[in-house]
Amino acid sequence: MTVALRARGIVKRFGAIEALRNVDFEVSLGEVVALVGDNGAGKSTLTKILVGANKPDAGTIEFGGREVTFHNPSEARDAGLEIVYQDLALAPHLEPAENFFLGRELYRGGRWGKAIGLLDRATMRKIAMEAFQALNVNLKAQTCRVSDLSGGQQQGVAVARAAHWASQVLFLDEPTAALGVRQKAGVVDLIRRVRDRGLGIVLISHDLPEVIEIADRIHVLRHGETARVFNRGDTDTMGLVAAITGAS
Amino acid sequence: MAPLVSAIDRSQKIASSRSFRGWWLIACLVLLFATFAVWNPTAVLSSYNIQNIIGDASTLLIVAVGMTFVVATAGIDLSVGSVLIFSQITAAQAMILAGGDGWTSTAIGVIVSVLCGAFWGLINGIMIARLRIPALIATLGTLGMAGGIALLMTNGINIRSGIPDQLTLTIGAGRLFGVLPIVSLISLAVVVVAAFSLSKTRFGLHVMGVGSNATALARTGIDVPAVQIRVYVISGACAGLGAVIDLARFSTTTIGAYSTLSLEAIAAVVIGGTSLFGGIASIVGAVIGVFIPAVLRNGFVIAGVPSFWQQIAVGAILVLAVYLDQRRR
Repeated sequence: MTVALRARGIVKRFGAIEALRNVDFEVSLGEVVALVGDNGAGKSTLTKILVGANKPDAGTIEFGGREVTFHNPSEARDAGLEIVYQDLALAPHLEPAENFFLGRELYRGGRWGKAIGLLDRATMRKIAMEAFQALNVNLKAQTCRVSDLSGGQQQGVAVARAAHWASQVLFLDEPTAALGVRQKAGVVDLIRRVRDRGLGIVLISHDLPEVIEIADRIHVLRHGETARVFNRGDTDTMGLVAAITGAS
Repeated sequence: MAPLVSAIDRSQKIASSRSFRGWWLIACLVLLFATFAVWNPTAVLSSYNIQNIIGDASTLLIVAVGMTFVVATAGIDLSVGSVLIFSQITAAQAMILAGGDGWTSTAIGVIVSVLCGAFWGLINGIMIARLRIPALIATLGTLGMAGGIALLMTNGINIRSGIPDQLTLTIGAGRLFGVLPIVSLISLAVVVVAAFSLSKTRFGLHVMGVGSNATALARTGIDVPAVQIRVYVISGACAGLGAVIDLARFSTTTIGAYSTLSLEAIAAVVIGGTSLFGGIASIVGAVIGVFIPAVLRNGFVIAGVPSFWQQIAVGAILVLAVYLDQRRR
């Protein structure tokens, strides 16, 4: 498998606190890597560094085989990295397609249309609809507001959007935390489909049974260090809890 | 493979997010007008009276259009009344300096007025978007400052002479084909451009998005502060344009006339279905929201009802409109 994103020796300090100590992390294309750990273990700090929202104090990040420095999330996004934040990063009053294309709108009316930002809603809806359907995210109507959708549908829109624009790695921060059992299963399904398209997926989650079910590898952080990395089938919930809490 | 979502998830009716939801408002306006027309058809339906209603509403209309953009982002602009007076005085003085009569000084006056408004809007926008001062406070501050400077510039005395005839006679009192007041055509043009911009362009989408979830927009790389600054510049520029329209209609500055302009504009915007919490906005709604109080005022005057009743009625309509809108959502 091709390694998409590799971080080596990442160190991050906040004042006297060492949030990350010499952490190595990698995710390959077509692989789901779960990032687990207790609160304060360093999951969000590591994620923020990987997506360019924070800078490490030491360590290197390789992206597509080359060492990179993302100065901000936009640069990471341009390189093919997308993140779905835990609190839904959708604008509830806008349509699914408008959310899908936020910041990447399509225009009609040629040069003048582009100059005034004349939206091509028909094409945006069509492309967004195709992207949703390709991932089996079924919306009854394209012209509704996102807030008219169920929690599962909204998460579907958020994930499908990120999956569409990501060309390399997709970060999912607690994608099922706010969902019911059935909707959860739908999102897990969706994650698999996105992985099967060849994207690398980093899944940040507290839901250990879910992690064991879909992750190809499980990266356990504890007190800012890598505690264990499990391959699929190497551990169960108890083993994972032990690694997270340091009981093992 | 089970679909992620089934129909059971949401059985509620899904409304289109873009369709105009204010037909009932238009119906209210028509009903109101019809009631007064039945009461006194000759006075209410005279073309003079209708032109009066529309002409009187032109300044508020333009200001309410600008306000709609601000409120759509969940912002508020309390400064428009003072900004209007400031722009008007500066424009009047600029026109006098430019030699009074003539199209050149008229053009200078219009440009100065709009730029003055935009300038105060820029100050509002920078304070709100960059310095993170709450909009209520920032615009309350500029309300005081712009108003105070306007009074300093004039010692509180209105400028009554030196306004070019081209502005007052040709534009202010002018009628296209002898019927359509030019000032109304100007406000109509502003309404059309604003409605187009809010519903059809990327800027409008981002305005609604900022009001809906600014964090989500920022995460997609959209420059949210830039959008916020622009809506306040638009609101200020609209106040500046409203100022020159006023100057054209009355050939005098109107110090003291607009102390409650921001509240009237906000009331119109909210009656029109725009949400104070952002994300939902309608320019057409704001137009109706301007005309419901205008028709009411006009009808009460013709019917001989004391004008204080108009305040009471508009207050009640404002609350009722918001209540009905909440229930519908």
